[in-house]
Amino acid sequence: MESDSPLTIAGKSYNSRLIIGTGKYKTYAENAAALEASGAEIVTVAVRRVNLSDPSKERLTDHIDPKKVTFLPNTAGCYTADDALRTLRLAREAGDWKLVKLEVLADQKTLYPDMEETLRAAKILVAEGFEVMVYCSDDPVYAKKLEDAGCVAIMPLGSLIGSGLGVQNPVNIRLIVEQTRVPVIVDAGVGTASDATVAMELGVDGVLMNTAIAEAKDPIRMARAMKHAVIAGREAYLAGRMGKKKYADPSSPLGGLI
Amino acid sequence: MRLTVNGETREAPDQATLADLLASLGIDGRRVAVEHNREIAPKSRWSEIALEDGDQLEIVQFVGGG
Repeated sequence: MESDSPLTIAGKSYNSRLIIGTGKYKTYAENAAALEASGAEIVTVAVRRVNLSDPSKERLTDHIDPKKVTFLPNTAGCYTADDALRTLRLAREAGDWKLVKLEVLADQKTLYPDMEETLRAAKILVAEGFEVMVYCSDDPVYAKKLEDAGCVAIMPLGSLIGSGLGVQNPVNIRLIVEQTRVPVIVDAGVGTASDATVAMELGVDGVLMNTAIAEAKDPIRMARAMKHAVIAGREAYLAGRMGKKKYADPSSPLGGLI
Repeated sequence: MRLTVNGETREAPDQATLADLLASLGIDGRRVAVEHNREIAPKSRWSEIALEDGDQLEIVQFVGGG
């Protein structure tokens, strides 16, 4: 059995193929415990105004150490390329790192990405030296344009952000996997462990999720489930599944029956 | 002078630098970033940046997010 190669993004390797968000948890302590249980080595984080009336309030970095875990600043909530650029320039200044998650949204009901603005922002960010992991639609044409623009990971949605509807678009995800030479990470839509496994079985390099863990009744247990689900899906993909048949095929030998 | 900080109006003494403002707001400078009139204000220059009446500032940090 050949061993798997690690997930490598922009030259840095990670043993875990699971990336988790840090939103919607009841407390940062619960978030930190879920992170530990998930085995994830990258977490997405948001950039927001410091609360001026209580600047010493508990901070994410009090619980999750950016020296031990890779922080991936995102542009969630940005609806124009300009807002996304401002946010990530601030993130680079705050954290002193170049790896970022770009997402430019089109409307509040679907949180679907605005691909025209996303591509425009991606080109500017790459020119400014950022390493851009990009949230995108499941359109292989735009996925290719983003790769050609220099993005370091292509992150198509499995289904709508926060929906928990699983991978609704397996054919498109497979097409993107086949054509892409940088890592492909399913971002958004995972609801439970089997969804993560389905995504990995399609051959993607990783899965990014937030709500599926944070809104589970027991987030820490779900984080552990997702760790195993991603490993199971990856192993199944590498193993190569059996062919599907229309009728039964006995597992025990037919010869020697009494 | 009057400044807009994170969308709120704030008073600051004339001659105040960005570093003075952050100190007066009680903000720990680690892992925050500042935008001054839409330009990034590098941490290394906070003590040199003189604020002026009407300046717009955004002070941000990392929070939980997906």
